[in-house]
Amino acid sequence: MNTIENNKRSAAKLIKSLVASAACITSLTLAAPVHAVDFDGERVEWIVPFKEGGGSDTWARFFAPLISENIPGKPAIVVKNIPGGGSTKGANQFQRNAKNNGLNILGTSGSTQFPYLLGDTRVNYDYKDWTAVLASPTGGVFYVSPELGIKSAAELTSLRGKELKYASQGATSLDLVPLLALDILDIDVQAIFGMKGRGAGRLAFERGEVNVDYQTSSAYLKKVVPLIGEGKVVPIMSWGVLDDDGNLQRDPNFPDLPHFAEVYEMVHGKKPEGTAFKVWKAFFAAGFAAQKGIFLPKGTPQDVIDAWGDAVEKTVQADDFKTRSELVLGDYPQAVKGKAVKAFKAALDISDADREWVRNWLTARYNVKF
Amino acid sequence: MLDAFLTALQTVMTGTHLLYLAGGVLLGLAIGIFPGLGGIAGLSLLLPFLYGMEPTTALAMLIGLVAVIPTSDTFTSVLMGIPGSSGSQATVLDGFPMAKRGEAARALSAAFASSLFGGLFGAVVLTGFVLIARPVILAFGSAELFMLTLLGLSMVGVLGGNSLVKGLSACGVGLLLGSIGGAPATGEYRMTFGNFYLMDGIPLVVVGLGIFALPEIIDLLRQNSAISEAAELGRGWVTGIRDLIKNRWLALRCAVIGCVVGALPGLGGSVVDWIAYGHAVQTTKDKDQFGNGDVRGVIAPESSNNAKEGGALIPTLLFGIPGSGSMAVFLGGMVLIGIEPGPSMVTSNLDITYTIVWSLAIANVVGAGACLFLSKWVAKLTTIPYALMAPFMITVICFAAYQATRDLSDLVTLLGIGVLGVLMKRFDWPRPAFLIGFVLASGMETYLYQALQFDGLGFLLKPGVLIIGAITVISIYFAARHASNSGKDDSDTESSTKVKPLRPTNLGPQKLFAGAIFLAFAYGLYDALQQSMLGGVFTGGVCGVMLILSGIVLFKLVTNQVDDAVNFDNEVAAGYQGDQSIASLLHYVYWIAGLIVSCYFVGFLISIAAFFIAFLLVKARASILRTVVLTSSAVVFMATLAHVMVLDLPSGFLQEAVQMPWPLN
Repeated sequence: MNTIENNKRSAAKLIKSLVASAACITSLTLAAPVHAVDFDGERVEWIVPFKEGGGSDTWARFFAPLISENIPGKPAIVVKNIPGGGSTKGANQFQRNAKNNGLNILGTSGSTQFPYLLGDTRVNYDYKDWTAVLASPTGGVFYVSPELGIKSAAELTSLRGKELKYASQGATSLDLVPLLALDILDIDVQAIFGMKGRGAGRLAFERGEVNVDYQTSSAYLKKVVPLIGEGKVVPIMSWGVLDDDGNLQRDPNFPDLPHFAEVYEMVHGKKPEGTAFKVWKAFFAAGFAAQKGIFLPKGTPQDVIDAWGDAVEKTVQADDFKTRSELVLGDYPQAVKGKAVKAFKAALDISDADREWVRNWLTARYNVKF
Repeated sequence: MLDAFLTALQTVMTGTHLLYLAGGVLLGLAIGIFPGLGGIAGLSLLLPFLYGMEPTTALAMLIGLVAVIPTSDTFTSVLMGIPGSSGSQATVLDGFPMAKRGEAARALSAAFASSLFGGLFGAVVLTGFVLIARPVILAFGSAELFMLTLLGLSMVGVLGGNSLVKGLSACGVGLLLGSIGGAPATGEYRMTFGNFYLMDGIPLVVVGLGIFALPEIIDLLRQNSAISEAAELGRGWVTGIRDLIKNRWLALRCAVIGCVVGALPGLGGSVVDWIAYGHAVQTTKDKDQFGNGDVRGVIAPESSNNAKEGGALIPTLLFGIPGSGSMAVFLGGMVLIGIEPGPSMVTSNLDITYTIVWSLAIANVVGAGACLFLSKWVAKLTTIPYALMAPFMITVICFAAYQATRDLSDLVTLLGIGVLGVLMKRFDWPRPAFLIGFVLASGMETYLYQALQFDGLGFLLKPGVLIIGAITVISIYFAARHASNSGKDDSDTESSTKVKPLRPTNLGPQKLFAGAIFLAFAYGLYDALQQSMLGGVFTGGVCGVMLILSGIVLFKLVTNQVDDAVNFDNEVAAGYQGDQSIASLLHYVYWIAGLIVSCYFVGFLISIAAFFIAFLLVKARASILRTVVLTSSAVVFMATLAHVMVLDLPSGFLQEAVQMPWPLN
């Protein structure tokens, strides 16, 4: 069975390459597009401003060979890690030095977006200069310990006045989203900082050192869901996903969990409104809805942008992409080309007043100095 | 369980599996021998090949690569005193003096045999431990981890040298430097002077290289001889293995320490080798040779650091929390291959876990075996005249330091720490104590703060805390006994072997150094007072205590207590002072500083080429031909390495201003 499949596949491959070479020859003889983008024999450097082995690194190393297959000339795509300064260092270097010939690309994450939104002094890059060709979304699930005695989001208000603890990496990390969410719901939580990652936070939860936690979708599915059966975890809500109009919808990975806007309505009895919610949504978009992205530098010619866009589109539309990507990306639609640009535009568009608000909130609540 | 065990054994023993495993090992060894690279660079090389491979085969290669990282860096630690990674810092302490004595082959074979033993024994322990590891790891919360950092700190008692106040002050300097950067509780930046580089904290690799490697290089250059003082290399190869057999119980205990401490996520593997080393010193009777080339000082850390890699697998596999940098890479590789770590690794996927554990063991045998085999010949490197070796070693050290954060500031920091190391060596401020302080600083503060937030002061009554506390007390008791014993030894054996070091009578230089340290603590305290309570209380507390301790040192020096243990000056003790043939202490510091400044202007490759030429002609008095050959081979090697590994070499103003052709860009 397998061999038949394989034979079929290789036959298909052969035909494909025959067709391709035929097309190549035709185009050569016709000499149609003179300046067709071709990266044959080149090496693409993909700057990842994070350490080797982390989530963003794995994400980039997953995509690199797949995209390489689909881009004209099949250049080798190598990942170059430039960690430091909470990912601002690599992004700054990209802004300063990247060449706009399509051989330099940048992979960012929520940790690159947040300092930009917050106006961190270390940020010397501007997303507005770059062009996105891919946006990889993810989601998050908030859950609590059964010892708190609640079964669902509807009972969240009974947590008010209880001693809640949350193990966090830092107030300006992605943890800003859960911390602000709880604040909007008027639920007091004591954040304990200095965790080395979300994994360490989950471990603190499992040990019983803290009683509320959240994880991004893939970690939640693989490592927290098994604990629900053991009665150690009560899932409360997901952050949700953004639809095409920018409204929150239920996360398709967690259809039974209410999203944050629903929970807002349960707790406050009205539709979400106000600056705090607007800010939360901006940071949710930058941290989750468009968490990771591939960018081309300032001044990249349109045909190069198109070549990259096409390659990324072909990659995510390949038949076996979904099965291969599930472990790394989770079950979320990858936004490409125009959709990616739009997703990041929505995620990174914050008014000066809202930025001021969140900076003040961070300083007042968590003593963050800017 | 037996099922899984057998399935795993079957997988491991197949030909293809072993072949790919060996392939990974060889790749790992080839890369790992170069300080600063290791598994992380190896992964980028390996990864393109992992695609399309069968998962278990790909896994075999990945494991082969990861397993030998703490093995091959032993070469540079022992032969050149360059700790290639944090796991081999303690090995330098006794391994390098052995090499200097002409016993490089013995030190290497003892080290690799210990690695082999530790790796194998670690696998045996893991086979059982993995089944009960989940509750054990969950039992180690922040409170217990804080106590473990205290246990690590208590090792300063035995590694602190002759004067306790000086040892503690040195440790305090480490704690102070280790707290530079963002405060764990509040994220406030401490002692950074608005410098972005310092905000991330000083990287451990740079500190290790600066504090150990640079002072040794400078010292050897001043003596201007080969590393090995002995004309003929001893045939120590077999002796090294015999040393291990003689000290098998020590190796066994250290392997257990490595396995268990390595399995605790969050503490970081970097402290394991120090705990093992301290344990070796505590539990042996005749300690005089530690630090001067005692083979037990090689066996202890080496048998623990390969066992540690096995231990570090546990949190990686069970919780998806990597215990070390190389484990993070391993985790990333696993996800790409399609294996998701989690609780299922001890239930439905137990066979995969065993495959990994046993592959690791075999990789250790292959890797350490190959190194053991090679060590006889590699040891001959120590007979090369040092002036010829030095430019290579300085290049390697700069390159390794630059890999820490790939920032030119790495090199400046290297120089700064190097100068500190030179002075600490000169005035006998114990560098191991300093490094322990540095390694533990951030963990200690973070876990103390977290434990207090989680449980309040009640954390002190947790059973785990009490047990580790008791072990710490016992450890300190041993240290105290050691101190009083060695005091007695002094008087007993004075007539036979021990010569009292020459005490300097001019304490001026020492006063200056101790005064500078005192002022640094004063600044630390001042800085702490500028922060919020949670952001400053740890450094403030440390500096407060250290102001008293370093104040005592300073007082003893200022009042000219010549016979006190704090008084030591290597310039006098080693007879350098007044010897016209010996270059001044700072002479070679200027050379290295010149190299680093030049990197800022014309980038690394051009600077290295210029440095090679100047150094070989002026210092080594090499012929023009030899100079050209050595220089060009070094430059070509660095350029190729950087290209293949996709690494940047430092670039300077020249590269910013003018578009340079490869490789000069």
